[in-house]
Amino acid sequence: MSDHALTTHTAPEGQPGLAGVVSDWSSDRTAFKTATWGKAMIWVFLLSDTFIFGCFLLAYMTARMSTTEPWPNPSEVFALEIFGVNMPLILIAIMTFVLISSSGTMAMAVNYAYRRDRVKTTVLMLLTALFGATFVGMQAFEWTKLISEGVRPWENHWGAPQFGAVFFMITGFHGTHVTIGVIFLLLMARKVWRGDFDTGKKGFFTSRKGRWEIVEITGLYWHFVDLVWVFIFAFFYLW
Amino acid sequence: MTQAEAQAIPADATAHAEGQQHPIRVYLIVWFWLFVLSACSYLVDILQFQGLLRWGLIVMLMLGKAGLIIAIFMHMAWERLALAYAILVPPVLVVIFAIIMAFEADYTLVTRLVFGSG
Repeated sequence: MSDHALTTHTAPEGQPGLAGVVSDWSSDRTAFKTATWGKAMIWVFLLSDTFIFGCFLLAYMTARMSTTEPWPNPSEVFALEIFGVNMPLILIAIMTFVLISSSGTMAMAVNYAYRRDRVKTTVLMLLTALFGATFVGMQAFEWTKLISEGVRPWENHWGAPQFGAVFFMITGFHGTHVTIGVIFLLLMARKVWRGDFDTGKKGFFTSRKGRWEIVEITGLYWHFVDLVWVFIFAFFYLW
Repeated sequence: MTQAEAQAIPADATAHAEGQQHPIRVYLIVWFWLFVLSACSYLVDILQFQGLLRWGLIVMLMLGKAGLIIAIFMHMAWERLALAYAILVPPVLVVIFAIIMAFEADYTLVTRLVFGSG
């Protein structure tokens, strides 16, 4: 059986609504008729990651709701003095826009990947990686600033000691995800640039032929990282 | 069904066979709206809205952004319902967990207030 036969299949006509869900799930073959195994698996991975970040955020909620000490005001904690003007939360806002921009360039990279446009796909992926690296850089700056101001996982000057623990845990885990995303983007951009998906060159890790779809799979991971930031921004920084 | 619609359907079918292909314009529009919604949520903080107005706006803007990212950028809008339900329904459990923990946190706070510092 060739790789092609293993990964693609023609899908029978789907029924609309819940009937379609039931018939797809009970067909005793492939539940996800139009999604390849790679795409189904990244979605399952992202679902598991959703539970991890979900649990972090609800642990934060529990800590914040149950503490008798006042919670530090993020608007003031993350304020920056720029040209003598005190800007509340400005760095976080810039980080948000940078990450959204990276999602935009990633979405377009996926689009050009399916049009087999090697140059545009590579450039857009590298641009996405650059935005991601910028984000991590600004996060490093933010961590440095807070640590120099005496924030520790067990104490801070402003109020509830749990603030530091929650901050380092959640933003640290998210930053790690961004970093891993940047590494993957660079690896995949190199493969796209080299034309691995046109020549059918086997991957060094999987020993299987790569497919253009990997760009979309990398994109799904990247958008998820952006998605998690949307929730962190809302619940941790704005609440 | 108009002629345009009749032509659009086979084009969509091949898009599925070859992977997700949509006009770049769609992504640019979503990108624009993500910027607008993010700016709005930043404004909520700048303008110092408080109470229910603040929380309501934060949650609505957050869900709007999350919906756009999942539906368009992650192509969930074009996936079959079998996949969409499999991925989007389980996170409801997280919400239920959060509700349970909200009760628990409330109880913890009351006991801390009644029985001493913590």
